[in-house]
Amino acid sequence: MARLTIDRVQRSFGSYLALDDVSIAVEDGEFLAVLGPSGCGKTTLLRQIAGFDKLDGGRISIGDRLVSSADIHVPPEHRKLGIVFQSYALWPHMTVAENVAYGLTVAGVRDPERSQRVSEALELVGLNGFAERRPGMLSGGQRQRVALARCLVTEPSLVLLDEPLANLDVHLRASMEEEFARFHERTGRTMVYITHDQAEAMTLADRIAVMDRGRLLQLATPSQLYREPANITVAGFIGEGMVLPAAILSTPQAGSCNVSVLGIEAVVRCRPDQRVTEQAKLCLRAGDIGIASTRYGGLPATVERLSYQGGHFRMEARPAANRDILLHLDVAEPSPAQPGETIRIAIGDGWIIPEGVSLDKAA
Amino acid sequence: MRISLADPATLRTRVEEMGLLWGLVGLVALLSLLPIGRLVVEGLAPGGQLSATALGKVMASPATWTATWNSLTTAIAGTILATLIGATVALLATLTDIRARNAFTFCFVLPLMIAPQVTALAWLQLFGPSSTLLKLIGMAPPLGSRNPLYSREGIILLLGLQYAPLVFLTLRAGLRALPKELIEAGLAAGASPLTVLRTVVLPLMTPPLVAGIALCFVSSLGNFGIPAFLGIPGNFLVLPTLIYQRLAGLGPGVLSEVAILSLLIGVIAMVGILLQDVMLRRRDFRITTTSSAARPFELGRWRRPVEIGLWSFAILVLAMPFLGLLSTSLIPAFGVPLNAKTATLANYAYVLFEHAASRRAFVNSFLMSAGAATLIVLICVPLGYFIVWKKSRALRLLNLAAELPYAMPGVVLAIAAILLFLKPLPVVNVSLYNTIWIIVFAYLARFLVLGLRPVISGYLQIDRTLEEAAQIAGAGLPRRLVTIIFPLVAPAAVAGALLVFLTAFNELTVSALLWSSGAETLGVVVFSFEQGGDSTYASALAAVTVVVTIGLMASTSLFAQRLPQGVLPWRD
Repeated sequence: MARLTIDRVQRSFGSYLALDDVSIAVEDGEFLAVLGPSGCGKTTLLRQIAGFDKLDGGRISIGDRLVSSADIHVPPEHRKLGIVFQSYALWPHMTVAENVAYGLTVAGVRDPERSQRVSEALELVGLNGFAERRPGMLSGGQRQRVALARCLVTEPSLVLLDEPLANLDVHLRASMEEEFARFHERTGRTMVYITHDQAEAMTLADRIAVMDRGRLLQLATPSQLYREPANITVAGFIGEGMVLPAAILSTPQAGSCNVSVLGIEAVVRCRPDQRVTEQAKLCLRAGDIGIASTRYGGLPATVERLSYQGGHFRMEARPAANRDILLHLDVAEPSPAQPGETIRIAIGDGWIIPEGVSLDKAA
Repeated sequence: MRISLADPATLRTRVEEMGLLWGLVGLVALLSLLPIGRLVVEGLAPGGQLSATALGKVMASPATWTATWNSLTTAIAGTILATLIGATVALLATLTDIRARNAFTFCFVLPLMIAPQVTALAWLQLFGPSSTLLKLIGMAPPLGSRNPLYSREGIILLLGLQYAPLVFLTLRAGLRALPKELIEAGLAAGASPLTVLRTVVLPLMTPPLVAGIALCFVSSLGNFGIPAFLGIPGNFLVLPTLIYQRLAGLGPGVLSEVAILSLLIGVIAMVGILLQDVMLRRRDFRITTTSSAARPFELGRWRRPVEIGLWSFAILVLAMPFLGLLSTSLIPAFGVPLNAKTATLANYAYVLFEHAASRRAFVNSFLMSAGAATLIVLICVPLGYFIVWKKSRALRLLNLAAELPYAMPGVVLAIAAILLFLKPLPVVNVSLYNTIWIIVFAYLARFLVLGLRPVISGYLQIDRTLEEAAQIAGAGLPRRLVTIIFPLVAPAAVAGALLVFLTAFNELTVSALLWSSGAETLGVVVFSFEQGGDSTYASALAAVTVVVTIGLMASTSLFAQRLPQGVLPWRD
């Protein structure tokens, strides 16, 4: 097993910075998800780790071995890692067994050990009995399993997964997600999972690296990422956070402070070193706010739209104090108000986005 | 890049990749830049000394200018004819709802794959006083009258028919890439189909049309078979036949003069190619949207007449001459009428089993074409890898260089090969001149690009992660090439090999200048039969090559499903 150390890596294509000073230390046996919208640099990062592309600056080490820097480039075939490709990349001219056996053949492993290990790997992904089929005759989920078996059979210490579920239908995704999680548990391999789907990342990962425009925005556990976003971009990207201007009224005590937002006062979470300021940003989730229980508490807002989500409504409302802001909250069925009506919204929880850590200054 | 810190395995990988890359660079340079460079040197400094004597002699000779004038007029007029036919047929066969499109394409493109000298021979058998076919129906011209094809007009007609498929193919490829919205938007705006054709389709089709015309011009200019069969008997010489006569008549002593003559053709060809470039640069022809191909225009009640017209044209230019060829090949002596009593297979028996040079030519042509096709595939698969996937800049330049020997008329390369190999090779002291190896070299140089183009389009259609997956599995480049990449590009590579094989198998231009006793090709033997007055043998031999060609072309339907679209000209 191996640590993966990514240290201030840089890669530019012309004037475009695809990787801008990215540093991530992945622990031995950790499951790391790299999350971001398309074009955020996550695929460039994966190709750097795999060695398909060369670095302009910084260093990448696998275990104690330096594999990439401005001067050194170990080609992919000598990095001893495994990749599950988005397109599966199964060789159509080989059978399932031949696909899986390829890496062993290259490494000089011969029968009977080779066929033994191939059938073990196929067993592991539940595909024994498919050994002599061609990839073209398999379903999408089966192909994904073959790709996984092919990647595992050589027992790489580091496994990269490039949007492995993107080509599967929703129903299959859930079961494959489970499969990946079980596989990680059983083998204890270090895994780096590239995805644009936050639900996938949240379900699977020990930690998530959120990327945007070539930069690392936040590296944290899923819960931290959701509850304590480090900046406005992460707050908006993860869990559809609403970011509102707020004024901080008190110094933090036990991780909370009083704030004034949209004309009302509320108690929200914040960093222990949060200073008192008029210029704070508050991140609210749909679950943090609700219809006020009293007729006079909360902030008045006009309901703009209701969309049925099955079991509850997603309500969009515009607060009277600031018409530029649109709040969204979940309300139980039947809806307590119709579009055009006025409601009062109570703020139950929230998070003050820390200042200074903001990486949006360049944006 | 510093490599001092690299571990041995990394170092070995780098040495393997670099070795392969520079080996390929050297090979392509050897095949393309070296011959052309040698020719230019000979033109400037004949025999190694800077001198204008040979240049002056060539320029002062009236034969030079007569042949240049003849070359230009036949090439230009032939190109115009080919463009008219090819463009009309391409528009009708691509944009309208005619039936049996595949069969028609196959038939229409066929003349391109058949050797020009065979086409010429076939047409000669069709007309003229001794025409077996015309005699059969009692319409032969009186004895003693001249075959009307032995003329400038005859050459123009056959050049036009031979190369009409070139214009057809380039224009059809362009029409297929034309988004249907552009046509539908025109129709929706109220324009009639003909107006849409004139104002939308044809303007956008300028680039493929111009490219087809340029290709056609260069091919007509360099054609040897047609003017050799139709021009030499009437002493109507074009530049390639002039070079042939000079070289055949006087031996290698006139090398400097023919080098200058072939440079002259080269320059005219280059002017044609550059003109194409200039014409295309003046306007923006980029098509922005991409979508499925246009829905064919319905011809309605005109469909049947158009179909009848197209097919009768195909029969006229394809079936008639070959019936002429066939009928001549079946008579015991030229001039004897063909009937149940006279018909004989003796000519076939003679060319296939008795005549030594003809038998040798079969073996030679087959082995040289197959050998060249195999070697070219072996070069093109790694070459395409570096050009397409590694985006090697050195190789992209060489990709252009590889086009040069094919873009140049065949005699240019043949003369260049003679200059290169007339003296024994340095160091090893082996002479390739007067052996089959000089022809093999010329085939490799000239047809490399024919094999390379399908392989490149093959690479463009393969998902590169298939190779990356093998790399991650630990396979080095040589192993990946053999176990992963070659099987994946194999269909495209086979298509390329087949194109090379067919072209080389039917080729005369290069071997007419490079052959020697024992190293005859089929083209050369057909040519010498005809020149010696043995039309019956020539026809029989030509008929056999036509059957082999059509058979091989048809065999591609066996693996057509696995081919990228458009790599084989005769497949729709």
